[in-house]
Amino acid sequence: MAKVSKKKASKKKTRSGGAEQSNEGHPDVIYDDEKEEDATDDDVTVEDEDGYDERKRQKLLEAIGTLSGKRKKTLGERSEAAVHMSEFTVNAEGEGDKVDLSDLIGSMKTTPGLSGKSKKRLKNLEQSRKTIECPLSKQESERIRRDLAFQKVSKEVSHWKSVIRQNERAEQLVFPLNQEHSGPKPIERVVMDWKAQTPLEQEVFTLLSANKQPINDPILTPTEEASMKAMSLEEAKVRRAELQKARALQSYYEAKARRQRKIKSKKYHKVLNKAKSKDFQKQFDEMVKRDPAAALEELNKMEMARMQERMSLKHQNSSKWARSKAIMAKYDEGARKAIQQQLEVNKDLTQKLVTSLNKEEEETMEEEGNADVVPDFVNDAEQGLDFSNPWMTGKLSQDCVEKETSNAVTIRAEENVAEEEEVEETEEEVLLREFDNRRKRRQAQEADAPVMLMEEEEEEEENKDASDKEEEELSEFTSLFKGLAEGCGEADTAAELEKELKIRCQEDEELLTQGKEAEEEEATDKGPVVPQRPPATENTQKTGKSRKRRKGIELKQVLTKGTQVLQVPFAPTIEDAEDSEEKLDQRGLIKEAFAGDDIISDFLKEKRKQEDAGKPKAVDLTLPGWGEWGGGGLQPSCRKRRKFRRKMTPPTPRKDQHLPGVIISEKRSSSIRLHQVNALPFPFESPSVFENTIRSALGRTWNTERTVKKVTKPKVVTKLGAIIEPMTREELVKDKNGASAGTSSSVKRKP
Amino acid sequence: TFTWLKTFCSRPPNETADTGLPAELMLMVMQPGGPGIPQCNARSPTLFTINTWLVCSLLANIFVAIIFPFCKRVPLRYQMKVKVIARNPDDYVRETKLDIQRVPRNYDPSLHPFEVSREYTRALNATKLERVFAKPFVASLDGHRDGVNCMAKHAKSLSTLLSGSCDGEVKVWNLSKHECVRTLQAHEGFVRGMVVRYCGTSFFTVGDDKTIKQWKMESPGYGEEEEPINTILGKTVYTGLDHHQNDPVFATCGQQVDIWDEQRSSPIRSFTWGVDSFSSVHFNPVETELLASCASDRSIVLYDMRESTPLKKVIMTMRSNTLSWNPMEAYYFTCANEDYNLYTYDMRYLAKPITVHMDHVSAVLDVDYAPTGKEFVSASFDKTIRIFAKDGGHSREVYHTKRMQHVICIKWSADNKYILSGSDEMNIRLWKANAAEKLGVLAPREREAANYSQKLKEKFQHHPQIRRIARHRHLPKTIYHQTKELRVMKEARRRKYANVRKHSKPGSVPVVSEKEKHVVTVVK
Repeated sequence: MAKVSKKKASKKKTRSGGAEQSNEGHPDVIYDDEKEEDATDDDVTVEDEDGYDERKRQKLLEAIGTLSGKRKKTLGERSEAAVHMSEFTVNAEGEGDKVDLSDLIGSMKTTPGLSGKSKKRLKNLEQSRKTIECPLSKQESERIRRDLAFQKVSKEVSHWKSVIRQNERAEQLVFPLNQEHSGPKPIERVVMDWKAQTPLEQEVFTLLSANKQPINDPILTPTEEASMKAMSLEEAKVRRAELQKARALQSYYEAKARRQRKIKSKKYHKVLNKAKSKDFQKQFDEMVKRDPAAALEELNKMEMARMQERMSLKHQNSSKWARSKAIMAKYDEGARKAIQQQLEVNKDLTQKLVTSLNKEEEETMEEEGNADVVPDFVNDAEQGLDFSNPWMTGKLSQDCVEKETSNAVTIRAEENVAEEEEVEETEEEVLLREFDNRRKRRQAQEADAPVMLMEEEEEEEENKDASDKEEEELSEFTSLFKGLAEGCGEADTAAELEKELKIRCQEDEELLTQGKEAEEEEATDKGPVVPQRPPATENTQKTGKSRKRRKGIELKQVLTKGTQVLQVPFAPTIEDAEDSEEKLDQRGLIKEAFAGDDIISDFLKEKRKQEDAGKPKAVDLTLPGWGEWGGGGLQPSCRKRRKFRRKMTPPTPRKDQHLPGVIISEKRSSSIRLHQVNALPFPFESPSVFENTIRSALGRTWNTERTVKKVTKPKVVTKLGAIIEPMTREELVKDKNGASAGTSSSVKRKP
Repeated sequence: TFTWLKTFCSRPPNETADTGLPAELMLMVMQPGGPGIPQCNARSPTLFTINTWLVCSLLANIFVAIIFPFCKRVPLRYQMKVKVIARNPDDYVRETKLDIQRVPRNYDPSLHPFEVSREYTRALNATKLERVFAKPFVASLDGHRDGVNCMAKHAKSLSTLLSGSCDGEVKVWNLSKHECVRTLQAHEGFVRGMVVRYCGTSFFTVGDDKTIKQWKMESPGYGEEEEPINTILGKTVYTGLDHHQNDPVFATCGQQVDIWDEQRSSPIRSFTWGVDSFSSVHFNPVETELLASCASDRSIVLYDMRESTPLKKVIMTMRSNTLSWNPMEAYYFTCANEDYNLYTYDMRYLAKPITVHMDHVSAVLDVDYAPTGKEFVSASFDKTIRIFAKDGGHSREVYHTKRMQHVICIKWSADNKYILSGSDEMNIRLWKANAAEKLGVLAPREREAANYSQKLKEKFQHHPQIRRIARHRHLPKTIYHQTKELRVMKEARRRKYANVRKHSKPGSVPVVSEKEKHVVTVVK
């Protein structure tokens, strides 16, 4: 191409001399299609590659002509523009002098540079008699060329398919497409665009650049910059030493860990774990004193681990390993132990963590020497999350003192039968159970489950009418706190209970809490709603006795007892003595209040009327006089009437058949019909899909702020006052990169 | 109890502190939104603040005034419960004014049984309001002394528009000020085509005087004469012009399609296919080497600038006046046809258009895509402008004014906000692309509200009332009647064809879809 352009340049130069002259100077110039057009404009003639080829051919022909010796140049000069030129750009003038193929071949023989192979091929050609196929017509060859070009282009264009599809599917498109991020730009970039223009500026800049002085903002010479980057020797040394040390330490630790991992002794690992946990305990204790927030976090973590354990079956006996061990357990002591251990792990992990916290708190309390009952409870109340509410602060503590004392009294009254040495323990036991009952009762109430109560509770009610009121208040309070400390849930009340227990007797608290926890867990496992029947008083006594021996609650003994569920109308939480006497509920009250106007019966009447109206009536099709004597006053016969009486099919059952308080009208209402969609709109394929799109509300009345923002995102976002350029090839590249990244990520995601 | 309640409530709160409440009266403290309502006996007088006192007194008054007469039959020995709404200021008062207002809401769907109907009402209102605020006409630019024949958008400036009229005058407009900045007599006779160079420093015009002229964008300085930078004298009339997206190459059409280098005075390539004249030529803005042109033999021809031959052509039943490439989707273009329709083609499959866009009632003269490539606008001989979604069979919007005559040229502004139309009666009109849109910067709340109502309209768009209101447009009587007439004609033709099918040998008369109907052949 370079060559061609050079040629062109030279051509141009000659042309600048004068168009006519150029024609004279090159008598053997042949005009091609394009040139012919331009020939009319006297100053414009341009040759392109075709012309160049033509010239070459001319030269070749010339050379051939000279070879024969006889021929002279007979190609004529073109003097006027012809409308149509021969396709092969040969003038009609030179028609007489044809070049034969044999002429050309004749010269071949004499040419020394030809290889034997090509000579042989020529010979073969000469011998063969086959005619060569004539070339395709111009139209056909053009068509083929066009087709090929079109295929190429359409293939090229199809690369955009993925981009287009992606944009169509995109939830939101932001235009202009490739926006530069707004914000401050580094000064260099801004300054770079600026150029010295005036001579003075140019001079200044040449001076600056000559002396390697900075032009841009951080005004530092290159040497200065280099020195800034460099560090002092001492610093570098220190840094290197640090790095070395760190690396060495890391390698030591790694080696140690590897060694430890390789030790197969189970005992060793057990001891190690124990030591670790002990260490952790110590740390935790300190943390509680020093940094309660961190301790809380730690606790949360433990709680999380517990949750995970409870959710997973990792340490249950459902794993493959456990099952195999279970088979072996019959014969192998070791396998049995292993399973035991695993279950223990599970138990440890699923244990409630609250106790430890409470223990801590209590210990601190003990240290303070504050054994007073009242302030403790007050503190607890303030922890109930809503101490900010001015309503909740106040004289709550008075009640709770009362409650506490009364509680104690009731318990003591109850426990008269119990043996004196075990008094404390049983007392706790009962108290615990009582609280538990109450808690469960509350749960049941909240879940709207059928209200159930324990036998024991009833007995108690009979026993202590006097203390009942106080009891109610207590329950009120506990429920109040439950409501307030929503997030705390069970744990809070449990903590509260335990606190009280702790105050009473502190020696056995550990055992107790453990037992209680176990109970709780079991209860929650079995089902949250149905309260479990706790062991009766006799039962507790028994356990108390047994505990005297074993000092711990035997889970199986306590929990495998069949529970007796009794249906007892649950007493409302707030009720006075009067109220309990007159068991009139709100509905009854209303009924009584509106005793005169009988709305209910009116409603029922109306409903019946509507039902009747909806029923199809039998149609009498008798034609008087048909097949009988006619005339005035004649009645069609009874038989006939019976015959022609058509009973209609009963209608489909009404929707409000089983709803006594509702009238559902199934008639089509014309006023509503105006607003209803009567045909499934186009893009939807099933009514249910369409209904779903309508059903989900978009507004902020029904959705959270974030959802609303997400749902109401506009499909196309344009920037105010920004020119949106058409898509560029970069988008295609970007898309390809994105797609490859996407596939790789998806591959990563799969395992 | 009532009398007591009344006396109690009529007393100021400090007094109640002394008296206290009798044990029978239990006040339930209700907190909105809390699941387990904490219940509390309000025996302790400190719990009574002024707030509750007010509420209590109010309740008591209501009770005594309204409910009491009805309750005469209720024996008073029944203890009545009074529910008091207590509010903790911490629940609803912001800490600082920069906090968002806390709105206590329960999103439980079972508590909102009428959400769909409420949203429907909102959607209906939004649709009505949209119609109320639909005022698309912004301004009219007058100054031309003949019909506006062509327009060009500035490549770099949103506020600049160039227009060429039938008397050879070119005007440069400042859109924000609604005024003409510069006027030049570019050609003798029509200005047929005009295009701004991609850098925005100069523009090209072609006219009936067989010349291509390049002009500077800046107006000449004081005392200088208005002269083109370059003038190319051609042999034939040029009817259209377009510039390459980012190379100094432009294309003209007339007797043939020529590709020009800006530096040369002769075309670097010219394409012919048969003997026809071309009415317009357009570069593909995405695949920048491709072109398409509309010829007078009812065909659309595709070219590749790099090839020496055209690529393909499709012949339709009627002539296409012009076409426009989708600026975001490389292989789609839409052509404006004489048969009142627009056709969107995929350039790879020319045998059948992707979509037929109907609604005009006369020849469509010009079409231009929105820069987002989602919609396009068309100008018609029926004196209306219509906006179509790129895949919508019918227009979503129609603009017209009493004074606007045949709309000859149309442009969609590069920021996707405005539409510019040049018409026969010498005016250029500026329209909003979205008729009901509020112009200018929106406050965040406004924007949110607009987005919400937009989504609502989309959600309920299939409901008959909403669709009816959203589609309602006032049309000039002629257009209204012509539309009707066309509908009748179309129906008659359809019926006739159906009858022919019915009464001929099965299979001998094939079903021809609307899309296939308008394509005659594809020539390779």
